Amino acid sequence: MSNIHTCPTCDEEVILPVGTVAAELITCQECDTMLEVVSGENGLSLVEAPEVEEDWGE
Amino acid sequence: MKLGLFHSTIRAEEKLLISSAQKLGIEVKLYDIRNLNLDPASFKVDFDIALERSVSTTKGRHVVRFLEGLEVPVLNSSNVATICEDKFLTAMVLYRAQIRQPRFAMVFGEAQAKEVVNDWGGYPVVTKPIIGSWGRLISKINDEDALEAVIDHKMILGAPEQKALFIQEYIEKPGRDIRAFVIGDKVIATIYRDSSHWITNTARGGKASNCPLTAELQDICQRSSQAVGGGILAMDLFESDEGLMINEINHTMEFRNSEQPTGVSISEEIIKYCIESQNAQN
Repeated sequence: MSNIHTCPTCDEEVILPVGTVAAELITCQECDTMLEVVSGENGLSLVEAPEVEEDWGE
Repeated sequence: MKLGLFHSTIRAEEKLLISSAQKLGIEVKLYDIRNLNLDPASFKVDFDIALERSVSTTKGRHVVRFLEGLEVPVLNSSNVATICEDKFLTAMVLYRAQIRQPRFAMVFGEAQAKEVVNDWGGYPVVTKPIIGSWGRLISKINDEDALEAVIDHKMILGAPEQKALFIQEYIEKPGRDIRAFVIGDKVIATIYRDSSHWITNTARGGKASNCPLTAELQDICQRSSQAVGGGILAMDLFESDEGLMINEINHTMEFRNSEQPTGVSISEEIIKYCIESQNAQN
């Protein structure tokens, strides 16, 4: 399976490092958008990461 | 041993935890809590101990309560999380344990807030949301105009929880505070968080550097850990004229910026603690 994906925001190429897992956060090096790796029928893909919510944190 | 890692988005911390577990020969089963059905009749427990790492406090709280209801060992426990997620409850628990902390009060209205500030000798003071992280919605109130404005916003725009006003004495810091990583009774690593801003969170740009572990630091952290119920904790401390004081305690700590300056694999220490806790159950 290819580890080369497309940023959903800027369409630039995003290469997922070996060992990337679903739900992992990745930053697009081109547009700096925070992306989330999601798992589907066709393997891993990228979506924009969810917005920070009020109760997020440590 | 199999570790159930209950996560939402996987941050650098969860990656470090997965990597450390692999290094220690521990099998990790990942559970994205956003995709779970917490139905006790159908949920299959396929792990020996759970580690809760949700970025959402609310979702993490429910997952922990669910797992405890199934009599599954989970870190941190719901008792610890309940105390640490609530700044007022944390402050009261520390107060009862006679642990030094900034003076604090809870009020529900503007007049009472002004009374508190007058009793304390004036401004500045700090207001904080009861539940919150990364320094968000924390306000340094320098005068009465600012106090009125912040309270007005909370009363008109805020959810009911925002209308419970947690006020804390403002502590002058030497351009830094201390973050201590505490597992059980042991302080495993400590950093200074340097910042020219009064909010020193590394999530807000504070720079981490190694901080020597002193007897005083060890003592206050140990007593604080015992007070809130132990587990895997990150404590924020101020260096005041009277000595060290606890500001906050976090129960799902972030540590990505702290392994390098301290030279301590915090993730490995967490996994080892999970193993010890699991062994103690048997």
